[in-house]
Amino acid sequence: MSAADLAQVAASGLLIGLLYALIAAGLSLIFGLMDVVNFAHGELLMLAMYATFLLNRAAGLDPLLATPLIALFLFALGLVLYRGLMARALTVTVNRGMVQIFITFGLAIFLRGAAQFAFGAEFRSIPKSWLANESARLGPVILPWPQLAAGLIAFLAFLLLFLVLRSEFGRALEATREDREAVALIGIDRERIFALGFGLGTGAVGIAGAALAAFYYISPDVGANFALIAYVTVALGGFGSLAGALLAGILIGEVEAFTAFLLTPSLKQLGMFALYVAVLALRPQGLFGARQ
Amino acid sequence: MLEVEGLSGGYRHLPVLHEVSLRVEPGEIVAVLGANGAGKSTLLKAIAGLIGRSGRIRFAGEEITSWPAHRIARRGLHLVPEGRRLFPGLSVRDNLRLGAYARRGAPDRLAPLEEVFALFPRLRERLDQRAGTLSGGEQQMLAIGRGLMTAPHLLMLDEPSQGIAPRLVDELFAAIEAIRQSSRAVLLVEQRLAEALALADRAYVLQSGRIVMEGPARDIAADPAIRRAYLGM
Ligand SMILES: Nc1ncnc2c1ncn2[C@@H]1O[C@H](COP(=O)(O)OP(=O)(O)O)[C@@H](O)[C@H]1O
Ligand SMILES: [Mg+2]
Repeated sequence: MSAADLAQVAASGLLIGLLYALIAAGLSLIFGLMDVVNFAHGELLMLAMYATFLLNRAAGLDPLLATPLIALFLFALGLVLYRGLMARALTVTVNRGMVQIFITFGLAIFLRGAAQFAFGAEFRSIPKSWLANESARLGPVILPWPQLAAGLIAFLAFLLLFLVLRSEFGRALEATREDREAVALIGIDRERIFALGFGLGTGAVGIAGAALAAFYYISPDVGANFALIAYVTVALGGFGSLAGALLAGILIGEVEAFTAFLLTPSLKQLGMFALYVAVLALRPQGLFGARQ
Repeated sequence: MLEVEGLSGGYRHLPVLHEVSLRVEPGEIVAVLGANGAGKSTLLKAIAGLIGRSGRIRFAGEEITSWPAHRIARRGLHLVPEGRRLFPGLSVRDNLRLGAYARRGAPDRLAPLEEVFALFPRLRERLDQRAGTLSGGEQQMLAIGRGLMTAPHLLMLDEPSQGIAPRLVDELFAAIEAIRQSSRAVLLVEQRLAEALALADRAYVLQSGRIVMEGPARDIAADPAIRRAYLGM
């Protein structure tokens, strides 16, 4: 493996890793805030990809320009989903754990079925975009522009998330996460914080979906694989930790890229799961998770 | 300022309060006394909107019986709960600022900080420390401080002296006295009967979820029969 190969593989791993990290961040945010694993996370990613595809086909909107719109759309959808579904699931007193699993699981199955119905099972891709077939050359490394743009967008989205969490709203989110009953005593409407937090999580996955749609195939079950990686990323980084999600996402992107290069692409997930098992054996709370 | 009439409430399958009536006027300190398990904490939680309740609660001219807890808090009725319920992973500074979060539109929302530091100077020295690492006494001070940051008209304190080093108790009761102002009242639940009765203007005695006695604190403190019968002193 030459130095040029090394740089090329590392750069590709970093770019896809940033996307993994952003997807995981949304999942982790929701889990950290309300102790709910959103099993429809991958399907929301899929939805964002189809929405990007439709905007492109109907209005010729470039995925790059569509990204903020899709983010807003998924944020709003998150608010609606929280108020309509999650809020109810959180207040049940009987079989709470089961109800919460099945409510998001059911949503996942519904979204997948709906996509199948509306778009059929075939693979789609964005027919035309500004950056398609363009590459950037950095020394010996050649990077396709759509991937490069997606990585940059994911990185910017991460910065934005960090800023939001450092704001006063972020503090209220943190307080709600620490004691969801006590916040009412200081006048904080927990339901509002939960809804906004859920929306932030789905908004993050919306950004990832739009960026991903620029270069990845789109199908009703495209989300499943990304969701699986996101669960591993969250567990690896530490549940509820944003910095952990960023680091773990990049790590998984790199491990995947190097496994694919050194072994064979069909084994690329082997490295990821090996890493996961190794970390869990040594540090069960994940890289950034607090010890129980 | 606060008028409670025929208030009943409790937990699932466990009614605790039975037709409780009480009132608090502006500038008063009112104590609620009673044995362990009498329902004192339940009473404060019912007023604060944390548990199911029926009856009538009026506060500052508004009927708040069916309001959610966060709305009651925003109206200026704040409960410093049993066990304090701070945000232990957040700094002292963040805990205090969060008290003012609901008033984040107001330019003077952090103004109560001055009063908090005047009452509890040691909080100023601990601003960057995590709330969970404070001593019991400091945590209670922070809980009251966070409550003052909500700019309350009525502060309800549930056993503030619980778990506090004896040498800090006097300081705490002095602070409660200082919190009472012409327009701000205190509703105090305490196990330290002598101190509470010395501080309060009036007192109610709660027994098995019912008010069995009410009157000027001085009279209750002076009557050995009452103290034996209801308070086990
Ligand atoms: N969260 C709760 N769930 C169910 N029952 C409770 C709860 N809290 C208190 N109780 C019961 O309500 C009654 C009154 O308790 P409480 O209001 O805490 O009394 P006090 O504060 O006067 O010691 C007790 O019988 C207690 O066991
Ligand atoms: Mg109590």
